Amino acid sequence: MGFILGVSVLKINKNEVYAAGLMMLIGLGTVLGSLNYEVRTLARMGPGYFPLLLGAALMIISALILASPAGTPDDAEVSTTKLAPQYRAWTFVVVGVVLFIVLGKYGGLVPATFMLVFVSALGDRSNSLKAAAGLAAVITLMAVGIFHYGLQMQFRLFTWG
Amino acid sequence: MFDSIILGFSTALTLNNLMYSFIGVFIGNLIGVLPGIGALAAISMLLPVTYGLDPAGALMMLAGLYYGTSYGGAITSVLLNLPGTASHAVVCIDGNPMARQGRAGPALFAAMFASFLGATVGIIITKFFSPVLVEVAFKFGPAEYFSLMLLGLLAASTLSTGSALKGVAMVLVGLILGVVGIDINTGVARFTFDIPELQDGLSLVALAMGLFGVADVLGSVNRLGIGASIIEAKLNMRTLWRGRSELKGTGGAIARGAGLGSFFGLLPGTGGTIASFMSYAAEKKLAKEPRRFGRGAIEGVAGPESANSSAAITAFIPTLTLGIPGDAVMALMLGALMIHNIQPGPQMMMEHPTVFWGLIASFWIGNFLLLVLNLPLIGMWVRMLTIPYRLIYPAVLFFICIGVYSANNNLFDVWIVLLVGIFGYLASRLGFEPAPLLLGFVLGPMVEENFRRALLLSRGDMSVFFTRPISGVCMTIAILMVVGVAYKRLKGGPPRIIEDTDGA
Repeated sequence: MGFILGVSVLKINKNEVYAAGLMMLIGLGTVLGSLNYEVRTLARMGPGYFPLLLGAALMIISALILASPAGTPDDAEVSTTKLAPQYRAWTFVVVGVVLFIVLGKYGGLVPATFMLVFVSALGDRSNSLKAAAGLAAVITLMAVGIFHYGLQMQFRLFTWG
Repeated sequence: MFDSIILGFSTALTLNNLMYSFIGVFIGNLIGVLPGIGALAAISMLLPVTYGLDPAGALMMLAGLYYGTSYGGAITSVLLNLPGTASHAVVCIDGNPMARQGRAGPALFAAMFASFLGATVGIIITKFFSPVLVEVAFKFGPAEYFSLMLLGLLAASTLSTGSALKGVAMVLVGLILGVVGIDINTGVARFTFDIPELQDGLSLVALAMGLFGVADVLGSVNRLGIGASIIEAKLNMRTLWRGRSELKGTGGAIARGAGLGSFFGLLPGTGGTIASFMSYAAEKKLAKEPRRFGRGAIEGVAGPESANSSAAITAFIPTLTLGIPGDAVMALMLGALMIHNIQPGPQMMMEHPTVFWGLIASFWIGNFLLLVLNLPLIGMWVRMLTIPYRLIYPAVLFFICIGVYSANNNLFDVWIVLLVGIFGYLASRLGFEPAPLLLGFVLGPMVEENFRRALLLSRGDMSVFFTRPISGVCMTIAILMVVGVAYKRLKGGPPRIIEDTDGA
């Protein structure tokens, strides 16, 4: 691999475009954001100095990720990146959590818990509607028993009516 | 000398604290057995529950959770070949072949007994070494703190699994997230986007649960839980106890593992994972027949488990005496201490001796409880392994949501969990490890504070980090580490220790 080295530093590693891009975006956002605050000097740093430094460092690192040659692929990376996307599971899990937040505010602990468990459980193809509803009912009962009555959590069971 | 031991045990053995420790190890063991949930998820889920306890009890419970999940994880690794955490990947190499040969009992007994002995060694070292480190810590100024934290962050990101550059990137993201909130020096609100909930910064619990809870669920739905029925549930107390006969001849492996583990636990940024890989490599090198390794060699289970658990204990030394956590779990522990208004650092041993020594005594009690608990309960753990993941993850999501809500009684943090979880999963698909991010986040404010103070004192002269002796040593090691990783990378070899053990 030795002789490629000189060139490969300038070559873009295509596998890492998204990885480097994500970090580049975060770095750039941090740099731009930190310019809203006073930067000042190394001896008397303003609130913007440290984040500016971090953002710039992250941008440099993401450039290095993009430029570094694709080494031997390691097992951990392959196993997570090569898996087929699970759009159904992701959607149901995310929607479930959003429902918990929205219903937690406008419905109360009982509907929020039930819908979170019910909807997220449907993300797994082998869970039937009945199984999901049953699981949701059990966990809702537990939530009311343990968290509302047991731990006296400040979360009303129902916020309507 | 023995006052501290007596004080520790008298604190840890009060009925309340004993109960908290028991709850911690029991729940930890239970959660650890479930595939797909590691120590970080367990601790972040239960962190809010400990807010109401007194600091000593809270810490004992969290520490119990930590090594409890480690015991539980070993069971899952041996029986299902599913490592919950990176440090358990080693136990799978020989533990699972043993289980397939019908030697699950000896494998599990070796793992548990070695864990217990390793932890005991770690505790003794902690007992005698922490006062020494406290002496050193009093000489620390801002420059030393900054350099040591920089070294720790670099070590954590370059020596862990995955690409070193990506580890550093995640540390930087963590440091950036740590900036959010009001700047303590100037009172300026940074990166708060005029959202009042962000004034105090992002919540540690929300960040940890997003990264290790929601992201794990997103990654495991529809993938885990198949094949859980492979194991023959013939394990019970008697087969486990009979397994002790195979332990003869593993004494050396356990002792070497404990030594390696204690050493790597002490270093910032390293810890159980590296220690257990090193121990495995060492046992394989020393063995008369290295070919047995990977095919069910009991030393390959006992040594790494001993290393892992002694590292888990000695990792508390830098966390408690310097206030610098070595890994993400310790970062959560540090967060828990700060929530209870205890500032970890050299003063902690003086100002809160009951918490400090009580915690150390509770390690031993907790590990003993685990050993005793696991013998009769092994049958129950095995049965739990048959619960399919499709029923577990919705419950996990509920515990995450309610846990985050209860920390501050607001739903805003649940949004943060969701966003962080999505980011964490996206990042892990792109090959970024989440643990360095959490470490960066917890250390961020301290890194900035010490960086600013050191340069204020030196009037902006950067050389201060190199001219002060302790700081200079840390910086030199940090630079050597960067050079080493870059050199290995350019040479074409993978820059990790792990590959060494995979040879055969």
